[in-house]
Amino acid sequence: MGVRIGVLALQGDVSEHILAFRHALDGKGEVCAVRRPEEIADLDGLAIPGGESTTICRLVDKNAMRRPIEAFEGGIFATCAGMVLAAREVDDPRIAPLGCIDIIVERNAFGRQRESFETDVHIAGLRTPFHAVFIRAPVASRVGPKATVLGSVDRGVVAVRSGRHMALAFHPELGGDTRLHCMFLEHLQDTG
Amino acid sequence: MKLEELKFGTELIKRGFASMQKGGVIMDVVNADQARIAEEAGAVAVMALERVPADIRKMGGVARMADPQIIAEIIDAVSIPVMGKVRIGHTVEAQVLEAVGVDMIDESEVLTPADEEYHIEKTKFTVPFVCGARNLGEALRRIDEGAAMIRTKGEAGTGNVVEAVRHMRAIMGEIRQLQGMSAQERMDRARTIEAPAALVDECARMGRLPTVNFSAGGIATPADAALMMQMGADGVFVGSGIFLSRHPERMARAIVEAVNSYDDPAVLARVSRGLGEAMPGIDVHTLREDEVLQYRGR
Repeated sequence: MGVRIGVLALQGDVSEHILAFRHALDGKGEVCAVRRPEEIADLDGLAIPGGESTTICRLVDKNAMRRPIEAFEGGIFATCAGMVLAAREVDDPRIAPLGCIDIIVERNAFGRQRESFETDVHIAGLRTPFHAVFIRAPVASRVGPKATVLGSVDRGVVAVRSGRHMALAFHPELGGDTRLHCMFLEHLQDTG
Repeated sequence: MKLEELKFGTELIKRGFASMQKGGVIMDVVNADQARIAEEAGAVAVMALERVPADIRKMGGVARMADPQIIAEIIDAVSIPVMGKVRIGHTVEAQVLEAVGVDMIDESEVLTPADEEYHIEKTKFTVPFVCGARNLGEALRRIDEGAAMIRTKGEAGTGNVVEAVRHMRAIMGEIRQLQGMSAQERMDRARTIEAPAALVDECARMGRLPTVNFSAGGIATPADAALMMQMGADGVFVGSGIFLSRHPERMARAIVEAVNSYDDPAVLARVSRGLGEAMPGIDVHTLREDEVLQYRGR
């Protein structure tokens, strides 16, 4: 039986993540949208997509999903708003993070939408740079001992691995390059 | 990371921003306090205005871009994206809002048009644009001009969802028709609806608009919002419907939950209870032709 990936479908670019994982899995597993707490435990991996972190945070609690995510034993793939939510700590009291990954995150670290950008980032484990899209992106201002830095830009750390979890400040689901989704799936196999 | 290696304002970044709004509610606000209420309720963004559409309707006269001071105060008050409206074709109002730092510009029929022939050339801007549309041709012309997001127009400031339904049905229906057509038929249709053939083909291939498509103009209750989501909207704009209702905080939270659980009647029933009066509505058939906002821009 192949791996089962769920994409947290409360708000944000859910369908883009589903497509990217479907491509990365290449028939060797399934990917579904996750909207109910009871759907989480059976998954091998859970993606927390980009979107508005304040909105997703509120809906996580409204839908009683905080406990199941905190207790989840599979891997978490968190991008942009997802990285904010998955962090141990956030610089903004409006967000109560889930504490899955040992990082401290600064929201909107690059500024507003007009400061959003595309650039190439070197990622540990990838042979060539990853063309990354940053949209009102966060950075990891501190990385705890349980996490490893995979990539940085001038402003700070933008890609982190922690066991089976990965957190990315940018949007690998938007550019059509699924190498980071594939890397996440490989880590699931390694330690899972 | 050298500055010259960074690219700003690309189509990918603009459309990507719009994608991050999916499944969300964008709320009209007229001051920092309302913006904070909207953020706290779970809005994905706020639209900063001097007056909500229903009040613009009452005021009459020429409706223009809001005072940048109001927009700046709202930007300072919240962490979520802030959008602002400019008049159709008013390139300079858009330049001003981009300089103020709004995250998206709505080139909106709710304000009095500045140009009755042309819309703003939106590809020239770093900031992304959202534009209204009543049908597929109009949506694709706006996308061709550089809009990163479409919202069906509906009829703003009426609290009456009938036009929002009409426009969403039109766009979705036209796309479904395209999917059953031959290449030649699609080419002919592109000419008829005055839209670029490449974009028409893209819609047929994807079974949807090439950008995010929200619903707007008349959504006044959680049930209205869920109705538009069930019809295929990617999210909703709520203008006058929140802050002209009896209990704005409750209404705002209820609409956010309704959009999230749009296909779950049990949740919709729960969030719809005890909200107090929705905004007063207008029967659109009683409007004079010059009072109908959706006819502005084509």
